[in-house]
Amino acid sequence: MTILIPRRTFLVGSATAAAAMTVGQEARAAGPVKAAWVYVGPVGDFGWSYQHDLGRKAVEAALGDKVKTSFVEKVAEGPDSERVIRQLAGVNDIVFTTSFGFMNPTERVAKQFPKVKFEQATGYKTGANFAEYNARFYQGRTVAGTLAGLLSKKGVAGYVGSVPIPEVVMGINAFTIAARKINPNFQTKVIWVNAWFDPGKEADAAKSLIDQGADFINQHTDSPAVVQTAEARGVMAVGEASNMQNFGPKAQVTSNMDDWGPYYIERIKAVIDGTWKSQSVWLGMKEGAVAMAPYGPAVTPEAAAAADKVKAAIIAGTLDPFAGPIKNQKGELKVAAGQTIADADLQKMDWYVEGVQA
Amino acid sequence: MNLSILVPLLVSVITAATPLLLAATGELVVERAGVLNLGVEGMMLVGAICAFAAMFITGSPILAMLAGAAAGAVLSALFGVLVLTLASNQVATGLALTLFGLGLSALMGANFVGHPIVPLAKLAIPGLSSLPVIGPLLFSHDALVYLSVLMTGAVGWFLNHTRGGLILRGVGESDTSAHSIGHDVIRIRYYAVLFGGAMAGLGGAYLSLAYTPMWVEGMTAGRGWIALALVVFAAWRPWRVLAGAYLFGGVTVLQLYAQGSGFVLVPTQFLTMLPYLATIVVLTLMSSGSVRSRLAAPACLGKPFRPVS
Repeated sequence: MTILIPRRTFLVGSATAAAAMTVGQEARAAGPVKAAWVYVGPVGDFGWSYQHDLGRKAVEAALGDKVKTSFVEKVAEGPDSERVIRQLAGVNDIVFTTSFGFMNPTERVAKQFPKVKFEQATGYKTGANFAEYNARFYQGRTVAGTLAGLLSKKGVAGYVGSVPIPEVVMGINAFTIAARKINPNFQTKVIWVNAWFDPGKEADAAKSLIDQGADFINQHTDSPAVVQTAEARGVMAVGEASNMQNFGPKAQVTSNMDDWGPYYIERIKAVIDGTWKSQSVWLGMKEGAVAMAPYGPAVTPEAAAAADKVKAAIIAGTLDPFAGPIKNQKGELKVAAGQTIADADLQKMDWYVEGVQA
Repeated sequence: MNLSILVPLLVSVITAATPLLLAATGELVVERAGVLNLGVEGMMLVGAICAFAAMFITGSPILAMLAGAAAGAVLSALFGVLVLTLASNQVATGLALTLFGLGLSALMGANFVGHPIVPLAKLAIPGLSSLPVIGPLLFSHDALVYLSVLMTGAVGWFLNHTRGGLILRGVGESDTSAHSIGHDVIRIRYYAVLFGGAMAGLGGAYLSLAYTPMWVEGMTAGRGWIALALVVFAAWRPWRVLAGAYLFGGVTVLQLYAQGSGFVLVPTQFLTMLPYLATIVVLTLMSSGSVRSRLAAPACLGKPFRPVS
């Protein structure tokens, strides 16, 4: 069952927070495990928060009356989120906070509620009752890059970027590396819209990339506007976070989808069994956290076979998307043959590979 | 830069400018009547979802545009009751209207997320639309693009060349004087507020019907605030609103094209903040004595009016 908690009740005052704190100290009573989610966006964004909420629904479907879930959406990153997290901690057994900016507030609240479990997405800190989880979205972009290398006739892809942070940069690089393995002259033109969410601007960016010669558009933004624009202009595109096929029945070759369901089910089961332990995981295709939408009509059987092969190799662990040799934009060797990029360096990535124009 | 890029670039500028122009033209009339409605963003969002829903359910673009305008007007009527009839604080009420519109549109739109619609049709004009360069540039747009320019002209003509426009400006400049010579200040302001709401609703409708034919929460992404800034930037003159909307739209689109061609002179973040910077500059200029007389805001802007008989 779902309990929709109106945002306002959380902002009533800190007096209730103090009262809630004592509740949190008690051992977990018998009955369903109570799990809560904190979303940075609206569940109706058809992107990031929407996919986390699908994960929550998957938990309900899988565990039935063994779990009681609730969520708070549109929580601004910052001091306000700490209040929301603290209130949820008072009445839940486990709290998932699903954005990078919730990391420090979650850590502080976790220290005050040692019996409650906390899990925070896309951060890097952990504690005794505070776990961290993230997904290797770049693996999906490697598959998309393989498709781009095979399907783009001009050998020029456009990439609509949101905000220049390592997470986005590593996606652009993974995509370009994969495409250049097939077409050594492949180019990726990048346009930053400097926003996570502005459908109009995302569409304008896609239009300008298409006008400047790109016939394959990838994106790291949150709305279906890019896929929709590609459809209207008759070029190919990759969806983001959700399956955006409705907006580009011909244009969408695949979509880089997040699937948090399996992870959430596993972690809540662990709470039920009493086996939950703090950890820091970076999930990938192997764990099912990154999945590709079914191929669109533009994907030839050969391209589909090649993409499936790459996917299988990533899952089997035989293909590392960042295996050397990798050169930077100036053509200097950054990663030697036989080497790869460590996770810690990926999380700080601030340089582009050869073939990226940004 | 050759024509094959220039023409689509300019078409993108027109698309980017149209929602700003529609909403700002409406807000201009509201402010010239002496009322400050900061709820443009909220009215645009409610207009966007209502237009989208009407299009999704009925499939009629005309009904969809009407629904967008009507939704904006209904929300502005609520604002009118609060600030005009009950004389509440206009700034606080306008901000509340934006928050209300944000939540209301999300609630109404919950079942419309993830569904595409047929975009608003481009109206081809026989003979003209097939002309090279100016055909795609000037004569191949949808109804709302033409309407936005027509409405700017109509508002300019109304304000400067009609008795009604003179009265509306009089109400905005000196409510007590207008009242003392027998004009119904509150009623005239209601008309202005309703017009502003309908235009903001149309601006939102343009987003969900033509710009990006879809519904997603918060899809205006701050365009209501840019429209408000535009009115100040244009010093309350309709044709300057038109120029400003195309300038702001132009800067946005141009910087995207510049990035795509690898030709970036200034950081993109700087260009993103340009509209707001321009507004601050205009506001600063306005506060200095010599410029003030030429750029002056309506004297009664934001002041509540209580008729004393």
